[in-house]
Amino acid sequence: MERVPVLKIGDILLVSIQIDMEDQVALQLQEDLADKIVATGTHGVIIDISALDIVDSFVGRTLATIASVSRVLDAETVVVGMRPAVAITLVELGLSLPGIRTALNVELGIAMIGTRDLSGLLDDEDEDEPDQAAVTAP
Amino acid sequence: MSLSPDEASRFAHLLSSKAEPLAARWAELVAAGLRGRLSSAELRRQTSELQRAFQQAFDAGATDLTSEAAAELRAQLDELSTNRARQGFTATETAISVYAFKEATLEILGSVDDATTLRDYVAFSGFVDRAALFTFDSYVRVRESLIADQAEQLLELSTPVVKLWEGVVAVPLVGTLDSARAQVVMERLLQTLVDTGSPYAIIDITGVPAVDTQVAQHILKTVVAARLMGADCIISGIRPQIAQTIVALGIEFGDIATKASLADALRYVISQNKRAGR
Repeated sequence: MERVPVLKIGDILLVSIQIDMEDQVALQLQEDLADKIVATGTHGVIIDISALDIVDSFVGRTLATIASVSRVLDAETVVVGMRPAVAITLVELGLSLPGIRTALNVELGIAMIGTRDLSGLLDDEDEDEPDQAAVTAP
Repeated sequence: MSLSPDEASRFAHLLSSKAEPLAARWAELVAAGLRGRLSSAELRRQTSELQRAFQQAFDAGATDLTSEAAAELRAQLDELSTNRARQGFTATETAISVYAFKEATLEILGSVDDATTLRDYVAFSGFVDRAALFTFDSYVRVRESLIADQAEQLLELSTPVVKLWEGVVAVPLVGTLDSARAQVVMERLLQTLVDTGSPYAIIDITGVPAVDTQVAQHILKTVVAARLMGADCIISGIRPQIAQTIVALGIEFGDIATKASLADALRYVISQNKRAGR
């Protein structure tokens, strides 16, 4: 069975789906991704589906599950690059994929996760500074 | 009812011997019907060409309009009705251009006193009738293709997607939004989002005369599809009456941002952009 590779880039896991998403592939990806998030401790997952012609209800649900699992593991999932035809089909089917964040392309997806991390870092610094001041003062 | 070969040859003879006066009279009759919208020289050229085509068809032994020998005649008739249809003449005016041939021939024949000539003329008349019907068919075909072309052009013209700002595209909708147009708008907007990588789209409905549940449904579908792809849609240009209709119909736009004017929508998008730090 074919597998979808999961790549670690900086603090982000990038999954680019280039093959037909059969049910087994989707389930395997769900497991692999959960393992990898725990192993690497990343906080962002980007799933690129720009090569997918067909997204059926099962794949849609799997994507939602992946997003939920990632959220439990403190990683944010962004699905990027959905084709117009796929989006139209999903809408016609009445699947609006609630709970999944989306972006137009990988770049905007990274920016989406990046802003969150950046704001988190800034908050940390705000908290750190008084401590450091307290340590260096005496 | 088709012509016998004898009748065809007799008519071929008649047409060639009386070619000049026949074509002239025919052109006069057509001109009367068209009330001077085509020059008499132009009509004269057309009638003599058609007459030659009829004559050739009869010479070649055409007993029916569908036969091989009448191919040239069919092409001529086709050209005539195509021109008439494009120039905006009515179907009647086009058919008369052919029917007048019968009248002209009868006048040239003079008084019909023997039974043979009468029978000949009736057969010939049937042939011309079929020619006129053929003209009518091609007239309708040309007009229909014209209408189809125009409908397509309208579809193309009326749904532009414009770039309004860095990362912001807008669709100014003009005219009634039916299913076919809504589909075109949706596809074009989504494709533009992908091509330009714009995370915001503004759908401006200032030019939409009425919003009913179906139109709202189309707009909502577009917004949801854009969201699935990762872009945010704002609906703008909602006129007071339309806002009242929307509420009266119980249409829910949910958490989709709606603004009164395009300017408001753009201001909103830019402020959102700043907040996101892009």
